Amino acid sequence: MRKRLFLLAAVPLMLLQVLTVPAFAEVEVEDYDYYQRFRGQGISINVHNWGEYISNDAEESIDVNAEFEELTGIKVNYTTFASNEELYARLKSGGASYDVIIPSDYMIARFIREDMLEELNLDNIPNAKFTNPEFMGMEYDPDDKYSIPYTWGTVGIIYNTTMVDNDITSWDSLWDARYLGDILMFSNPRDAFGIAQKRLGYSLNTHDLEELRDAADELKAQKSLVQAYVMDEIFDKMEGGEAALAPYYAGDAITMMDENPDLAFVVPQEGTNKFVDSICIPKGSKQKEAAEMYINFLCEPEVAAANIEYIGYSTPNLAAYELLDEETQNNPVIYPPAEIMAKAEFFYDLPPEVSAEMDALWVEVISAEVGYSKWTIPILILGCIVLSIGINVVRSVKKKRDIY
Amino acid sequence: MKSKAPSAPYLLWMAIFTIVPLGLVVYFALTTADGTFTIDNISRVGEYSGVLMHSIWLAAIATFICLVIAYPLAFYISRKPENKQRTLLMLCIIPMWMNFLLRTYAWMTLLEKNGLINRFFALFGMGPFNMINTKGAVVLGMVYNYLPFMILPLYSIMVKIDGRVIEAAQDLGANTYGVFSKVVLPLSMPGIRSGITMVFVPAISTFIISRMLGGGGNIMIGDLIDLQFLGNAYNPNLGAAISLVLMVLILLCMSITNQFDEEMEGMMI
Repeated sequence: MRKRLFLLAAVPLMLLQVLTVPAFAEVEVEDYDYYQRFRGQGISINVHNWGEYISNDAEESIDVNAEFEELTGIKVNYTTFASNEELYARLKSGGASYDVIIPSDYMIARFIREDMLEELNLDNIPNAKFTNPEFMGMEYDPDDKYSIPYTWGTVGIIYNTTMVDNDITSWDSLWDARYLGDILMFSNPRDAFGIAQKRLGYSLNTHDLEELRDAADELKAQKSLVQAYVMDEIFDKMEGGEAALAPYYAGDAITMMDENPDLAFVVPQEGTNKFVDSICIPKGSKQKEAAEMYINFLCEPEVAAANIEYIGYSTPNLAAYELLDEETQNNPVIYPPAEIMAKAEFFYDLPPEVSAEMDALWVEVISAEVGYSKWTIPILILGCIVLSIGINVVRSVKKKRDIY
Repeated sequence: MKSKAPSAPYLLWMAIFTIVPLGLVVYFALTTADGTFTIDNISRVGEYSGVLMHSIWLAAIATFICLVIAYPLAFYISRKPENKQRTLLMLCIIPMWMNFLLRTYAWMTLLEKNGLINRFFALFGMGPFNMINTKGAVVLGMVYNYLPFMILPLYSIMVKIDGRVIEAAQDLGANTYGVFSKVVLPLSMPGIRSGITMVFVPAISTFIISRMLGGGGNIMIGDLIDLQFLGNAYNPNLGAAISLVLMVLILLCMSITNQFDEEMEGMMI
């Protein structure tokens, strides 16, 4: 039963909020009554999401959190994180309590393995029915017990057509000596290794340490060509024509291409990484039902469409997809053709020893090449102690001499 | 006992926010993820000698440049009339009103290939010069960010040097070099010492400058520690061990500087 929200909302609220009604009555919801359960109880939920990952523009579109607060009377404390690893560190150290988080696939698998997520009660999230079946029963959450997909996307090469003279079709371009000093690279190990692994024809999720070392060798060979290892700095650098080509996420490439029309995006032929960011509830949530209500709200077709338009990524919500304009629906960057998706691979959670090895190799890649013996530090410390003792001895000898 | 009462809040503060965290660093450094004792973490720090030496080297260069720039500047300020001193000092501190990250970000836009400096040179048909993503840019970032920490302690010591002492030295026949080496330098030694400490210690553990200005291909020890917490493997134990070794090294360096200074002062008197 779909009705414009303001028709229903107007009746009970008219007396209280005559002036504010038009400001919030924008969103069409599936079941208005469902959202009223917690009204007036002074409940608040803590939502932890990626930066720039929700529509908050009331002028152009919808301010999702404000709409939710108006609709339900639940207060939303909204905070952001910059990487899955940061989110993990924050949850693991136990200093914060969140009710809704939106991690990526491999991190969800890790959370599940370490028993850090609550099972979702799908009775409270009827809008989960809009989820594209292609994104259900995924490897990281086989029974769809813990997560509802929020966005998905692929990784490819974004390049400046004025600085690159041939068609970019392969990861090899990132190793092409012609672009010396004009290449940017991921500064996070998992994505950087993923590119090297795809170039070598390995799986992104290999547990074989030999393959990891091969990938690290590739990255070391690439280092002399790389201008900088970046994450979000890439927006400024690519938009300003500072570099010729860089690997990045498709949705962000769209944002950059809007700013600088010389930019283009391609998913290399060797295959790539695809990812899903899904909504979860971490263990320790004190407002699980309110959190589920928030998740349901995010799955409302209008809300999901507003979010996806704002973020620029791809939506796993079929009803929201229908609401997008045709140009977006047919954009091959955002919704790549099946043959590209067939070759794309998810990141899975790696066993701790593989992760540790990857980190150690990554440090080798990004540290200066001068080799030092592993005894340098002990010798340095010993030297300092000896020097310090020496000074004191000299001083006391001198003092004695002064006395005589 | 009465006299101790006012210091109680400070002692409590110290206990909670200095002693306890230090204890935790030591605890994490000496245990594995499941809490059993190990010295593995500490011995693994040796693998990262290169990163550590690189950081010490860059921090030492930055500290030296800061000292060379700040010393004459602080002396110049301290010899001015009092109202001018205030203005000049203010000018040195104003950059600190802005956030550290923003300042570093500004340097990024200045130094880039299509940045402001290169665009300026392009007007005269020069360049573009390759400035960003070099070690020089990292040192520049450190010098720029930490220079006030060198100027302030130097100034606060130098302002106490009585102008009559310098005149007396000149009256007694000391030339400019003599006045500097026999009077000003020894009297400003405490300022140099605290200035070096205030610049070297934060410079060695910086972790964002090398990523933003150095291109991230030449990490420093701060980045390495950051990577243990926010990297792929989440290894706070190794991170704590690296921090611990870094702390011990800095502590030793500082104590040597102190003893060395006392020695020098002793010889000069």
